[in-house]
Amino acid sequence: MATIFFAALFYAATAIFVAGLALKVADYARTPAPLKIPTTPAPTTTGGVWLRMLREVFLFHSLFKSNLWIWTFGMLFHAALLLVLVRHLRYFTEPVWFWVAWLQPFGIYAGFAMVAGLLALWARRFLVERVRYISTVSDHLMLALLVGIGASGLGMKFLAHTDVVAVKAFMLGLMRFDIQPLPAHPGLYVHLGLVALLMIVFPFSKLLHVPGVFFSPTRNQADNPREKRHLAPWAAELEKN
Amino acid sequence: MAAAEFTTPEMKEFAEVPRLQPGAMAQSKPFLASDKMNEALGFPGTLVPDWHEKAIGRLGELLKKYRSLKVYLDACVHCGACTDKCHYFLGSGDPKNMPVARQDLLRGVYRRHFTLAGKLMPKLVGAQELTRELLDDWFNYFHQCSECRRCSVFCPYGIDTAEITMAGRDILDTVGYGQKYSNEIIGKVHKVGNNLGLPGPALLDTLQGLEEDVKEDTGVDVRYPLDEKGAEVLLITPSADFFAEPHVESLIGYGKVFHAAGISWTLSSKASEAANFGMFIGSYEQMRQVALRIREAALELGAKRIVVGECGHAWRVAYSFWNTLTGIGAGGEDPFALQLQNQLDPAHKQPTHICELTWDLIRRGALKFDKAANDHRVITFHDSCNVARASRMGDAPGGQFDIPRAIIRAVANNYFEMPAGTTHEATFCCGGGGGLLTDELIEIRVKGALPRMDALNQVVERHGVNFMATICAICKAQFTKVLPYYKFNRGMVGGVHQLVSTAIRLGEA
Repeated sequence: MATIFFAALFYAATAIFVAGLALKVADYARTPAPLKIPTTPAPTTTGGVWLRMLREVFLFHSLFKSNLWIWTFGMLFHAALLLVLVRHLRYFTEPVWFWVAWLQPFGIYAGFAMVAGLLALWARRFLVERVRYISTVSDHLMLALLVGIGASGLGMKFLAHTDVVAVKAFMLGLMRFDIQPLPAHPGLYVHLGLVALLMIVFPFSKLLHVPGVFFSPTRNQADNPREKRHLAPWAAELEKN
Repeated sequence: MAAAEFTTPEMKEFAEVPRLQPGAMAQSKPFLASDKMNEALGFPGTLVPDWHEKAIGRLGELLKKYRSLKVYLDACVHCGACTDKCHYFLGSGDPKNMPVARQDLLRGVYRRHFTLAGKLMPKLVGAQELTRELLDDWFNYFHQCSECRRCSVFCPYGIDTAEITMAGRDILDTVGYGQKYSNEIIGKVHKVGNNLGLPGPALLDTLQGLEEDVKEDTGVDVRYPLDEKGAEVLLITPSADFFAEPHVESLIGYGKVFHAAGISWTLSSKASEAANFGMFIGSYEQMRQVALRIREAALELGAKRIVVGECGHAWRVAYSFWNTLTGIGAGGEDPFALQLQNQLDPAHKQPTHICELTWDLIRRGALKFDKAANDHRVITFHDSCNVARASRMGDAPGGQFDIPRAIIRAVANNYFEMPAGTTHEATFCCGGGGGLLTDELIEIRVKGALPRMDALNQVVERHGVNFMATICAICKAQFTKVLPYYKFNRGMVGGVHQLVSTAIRLGEA
């Protein structure tokens, strides 16, 4: 029964996640940026823009300039999340890629780092007056969701093990449309349920900062307005009058 | 109505982030535009009865036209990185002047009407209905933002509150709830040709007066020509340069530079204004119409180069937007752009900032200076926000910081930087930009100047700085008004070309 439920849930969550995100990305891509508005000093070439984007996406460069506390905790969380996700690839690959196998032990530490980063970010929402003022219920719930995912995952590693071989069979089965039984384990149910919830809310929430950063005109435009004429289709229409 | 009394904030050696004072600036709002002012720009004269429906409709249109707006309304995670970056927040403590909170005034309505989460669970995600109270908050707080973009430097997603403020003001205009200062001025530009409503004959008179003054001062016949066909350079400068102090000192300087370099130039009575308040109100159409005057003047006068005087937002519009709006620039392949680009000299950057022109001449040794003539001045430089964060000078990123400083060092001996974190890309707005340079907003202007005054105070105390150079007409007017509130001499502020003017050698009289 639980197997069928989680299988259906994951198919639905994946569909919503992929389709929702694809629609959003298509919408961002289709919407014109009529004016050149890079925050300067900005790179003047496409190559330079790539470097700027890499600095933003991997190093959170602007945040680093802004606030070292948020940068430290944000970096801790995001880098750890990346490692944890990589570690989880072993549930979806057979044989497991060598570099995924090699990163397994680091992924365990990353689980703790991820939860620590999240708790620190959460603490800011209570302790820093300015951040408390701007925090909404959904800001807290999002942190609760992520902490819940991290904690339930760590729980299975360190407190009450589940049959990871069976979990892997279940996941591979999902990918091959050949449903395999999911181990009956409350921690696992919580973990998988929260992950599915995260995938479902992703395209409808502030998690849109992930695709959003790539479409931010202040970051992804080259500073070359005098050299190249930049004209949006709706703006070009004005010249016909 | 006189502005209510208020206390000028205290300057501190180490600027502090204030505690929140909710509602501290809730009463601050500009005058409403009259029906005539609004209608002259094609906006409804007064607040329309169906403003709610129209406002939501306009937001929907803007979301289709501006990727910036759409992405920025979605992407914010409320991390708080911007919360201590706005000069109006730092000076007033009003939490709605934190960039994220200012954005949320619009974001809440976006969530409510344009997102699934906001439609299903408005309370949960901070979605809110556009009530009359919220509309008033838009009017008040979108006019406590100078669109200076300091917050966008520090946002991990580059969210630019200026884009949100512009959208907010656009919607307000669409429902007949426009701001007097900006809309009245745009009307004057359309009607007379400049922000001040200075007609051609008055302009000619002023310029002739300048020629006499300079002759008296220097013994040299420096010309300040108007509407001269065939001049190489068409100079577009803020109209404040024609008569306001200290602005006019820089205009005198531009003329001396052209004279010393032997470049023929002219001003235009049709385009006697570099400012483009269409940007402030977020209206592409208004910005385009105002910019088209420059194009027409250039075509009529047959100029080969278009040079822009000392004005911050005007340089943003000229540098970043003119090519898009009018084809002043390069790279256009459409007939509209080609018509102008065939006339302009491709050997020069189009448009050119007056500082680029002057620095180029200095570098080539075409200008000579008597630096000691500026020895009575101990100088610092205030980076104007639109020049610093929304434009460039020269070939390399950051030229907008280096070139004005290089000019100052070439014409004067005593120069000191204000503390790091208050200059270059992190510069603080003067407090009067973005359509806020109007008397009824004096309280927020004075409070918003606090971070700059703190920084200035440090170099005044340490190095005896007595002159803050800047390249923006709004900065000059704002500081002239606000410096006395902080017990500084209003004469401390002036232009870079004022310094050039003092030191330049004009050759044999």
